[in-house]
Amino acid sequence: MSNEVVKNFAGAFAKIPTGRMVGPKISMNKPHTNKVLESLEDAIDAVGLQDGMTISFHHHFRNGDYLLNMVVDAIARKGIKGVTLATSSLAAIHEAIIPHLESGVITAIQTSGVRGKLGEYLTSGNLKQPVIIRSHGGRARAIECGELKIDVAFIGAPNCDRNGNINGRDGKSACGSLGYATIDAAYADKVVAVTDHLNEGYVFPITIPQTQIDYVVAVDSIGDSSKIASGALRITKDPLQLLLAEFAAGVIEHSGYFKNNFSLQLGSGGASLAVARYIKEKMLRDGIVGSFGTGGITGVFVDMLEQGLFKVLYDVQSFDIPSIESIKKNPNHIEMTASYYANPHNKGAIVNNLDVVVLSATEVDLDFNVNVITDSNGIIMGASGGHSDTAAGANLSVVVVPLLRNRLPMIRDRVHTIVTPGESVDVIVTEYGIAVNPLRQDVLANLQNKGLLLKTIEELQEIAYKLAGKPEKIEVSDEIVAIVEYRDGTVLDVIRKPL
Amino acid sequence: MKLRRSMMFMPGNNPGMLQSAGIYGTDTVIFDLEDSVSIGEKDAARYLVANAIKYISRPCEVAVRPNHLSTPYGLDDLKAILPSKPDLIRLPKVETPDEIKQVDDMISEAEVKNNFPAGSIRMMGAIETAKGLMKAYDIATASPRMVALAIGGEDFIADLKTTRTKSGRELFVARGQLILAARAAGIQAIDTVFSNVNDDEGLYNETVMIKEMGFDGKSIVNPRQMRIVHEIFTPTAKEVEYAERVIVAYKDAMARNLGVVSLNGKMIDVPIVDRAERVLAYAAAVNVNRGGNDHE
Repeated sequence: MSNEVVKNFAGAFAKIPTGRMVGPKISMNKPHTNKVLESLEDAIDAVGLQDGMTISFHHHFRNGDYLLNMVVDAIARKGIKGVTLATSSLAAIHEAIIPHLESGVITAIQTSGVRGKLGEYLTSGNLKQPVIIRSHGGRARAIECGELKIDVAFIGAPNCDRNGNINGRDGKSACGSLGYATIDAAYADKVVAVTDHLNEGYVFPITIPQTQIDYVVAVDSIGDSSKIASGALRITKDPLQLLLAEFAAGVIEHSGYFKNNFSLQLGSGGASLAVARYIKEKMLRDGIVGSFGTGGITGVFVDMLEQGLFKVLYDVQSFDIPSIESIKKNPNHIEMTASYYANPHNKGAIVNNLDVVVLSATEVDLDFNVNVITDSNGIIMGASGGHSDTAAGANLSVVVVPLLRNRLPMIRDRVHTIVTPGESVDVIVTEYGIAVNPLRQDVLANLQNKGLLLKTIEELQEIAYKLAGKPEKIEVSDEIVAIVEYRDGTVLDVIRKPL
Repeated sequence: MKLRRSMMFMPGNNPGMLQSAGIYGTDTVIFDLEDSVSIGEKDAARYLVANAIKYISRPCEVAVRPNHLSTPYGLDDLKAILPSKPDLIRLPKVETPDEIKQVDDMISEAEVKNNFPAGSIRMMGAIETAKGLMKAYDIATASPRMVALAIGGEDFIADLKTTRTKSGRELFVARGQLILAARAAGIQAIDTVFSNVNDDEGLYNETVMIKEMGFDGKSIVNPRQMRIVHEIFTPTAKEVEYAERVIVAYKDAMARNLGVVSLNGKMIDVPIVDRAERVLAYAAAVNVNRGGNDHE
């Protein structure tokens, strides 16, 4: 990390940024130079990757990503050490790099989230430096202002030509939008495009231009297509998730924000995606046409676009095959960058225009703070993602969470880790009732007498405790294993190693 | 009027399901100790259900389906469950009125022992064989606790030595006879489960048919089925409005001592007035039910 003075979180919009945006070193490319190298090792040499540098990756391949593990293996084979890994997020498949963490190839990690064994490993404090957790908007901000300086960006490039023009729309590892990758390519000092579909023609449309790419490497496979994008993500059939979704849709319907030209962000699964089914019914019933949809886009949202329920979709990540098909052929399905999506320090990210967002949580507390990153044992297993960004920007932030998970209450006195501060969270929906943040008396007034099961957050916690008892606090040591940055770069919370 | 449009079965050995059973808005939840619980789990299930009833309050009717008294489990089921004061005991595979009387006595004993108001625990019987159906009326009238008869479709069809079809022809007579017996006894008739949870259209068609035949409700196996069942059983705004007008016309005619009641040129005789009163009572019960859910 830089030598800046660390500031604590002081409010969602408290920090006024100063300074200028940064840029990569100026380059030169002589005419008719061949950028295509034979191997990752050659690329590592060519960019001059050395001990102590920072490398980056995008997470558009989700749990089907091969690239990160391949590159870290190659770096290790070269005997390079002390590298900082600054990826947009980590999936369970990346547990393969644990040996390289043990041996000191990677000594610091900056990410939006961590899953599986790697999450457990990092929670145990095995890295000397704490992990830095940022939201998607926060990462874009940090890169643009220079707090996160990337030496070498490795871009998994599903469709890439010999000059380095890239998009995510074709190729066997097609992933649709490359929203999280564009910023790395624009700001890193050196950029290597790695592809398994070297397009001998000309890539168009151009998501990442050749002017930002130093080298191109072709490999057999950069990802597992079945895990990158499966058939359409289906709406859950779980009755509890459907009930939560139905309640959330009822909140949206009566909130005062459900009218023509409203905008919406949905989640990618569970109740926060299932909401679409009930919202759609209500939109058709009332003849409401929305303006835009955002997010992580799935086939469910694409259906709504195609049925004319929304005018455009802004896509930072395409989750399934129908979304990839849609981004290719529908001009109203618009690819956007992470900065356009959620950066708090630019002239207006799209989250600032959002009316309604439906989010999930691992736990919530009496002050409406939300945790999405640690589980009931304090282990890192989730991601900050766009949670705090969308909650801050949206007119109405609805968090859906079951009151109990496996007999543990999900409404705590205080969440183990704050990822989204309570001031940004307007409504919490559980299967036993709906709690409105006292800061939103306007929303509460709109929701009364509409047949909704309204309760205070304290009442909901009481119901949970009556059923399951009060959970014990997680015992933690003093050792800080991760720092949770708020989207503006201030420190919102820390994660300590559980005892 | 106690609404029993939907009676939702939950396996009694699943704590997660028992805990959340009351949230979905079904009129009744049935905690099952019988066919959905394997033999190895039967003892655990009865204690789990007894505690789940005792310690969690729910906005809907709570019923238990114990094992038949002829099995090694039935007696222990009732001994464990009755002190928790379930609202309703649903007896499976009933064939004789004596089975009803036997359980009635056991419940009476438990009510006295535990200081529950006499008669507060109700009963219903599921008819699952031809033999049982032949005695349906006697079964229905065997005890003042009896509030409903149900038909257990799968077992019944097996007993008839035939198979399920889309038309439901195989159960036509059984359903008809069950309704006759229930009505003659003045109690409710509940239809069998529709086990294909992915076939909404099939559920819809079957439910419309059985409602037209006269059933008061249907057993379901999944909260997702509840929406369709409730939609079909709940009077529409149009039906309610018509019923209100019938009552107004009737009252008006009575007040003016007219011999004949008419509405829009049609003669309204007593059965039509009765039906209108039932529709209004039903609609009122549904509204109360909705309001009732808000307060738990």
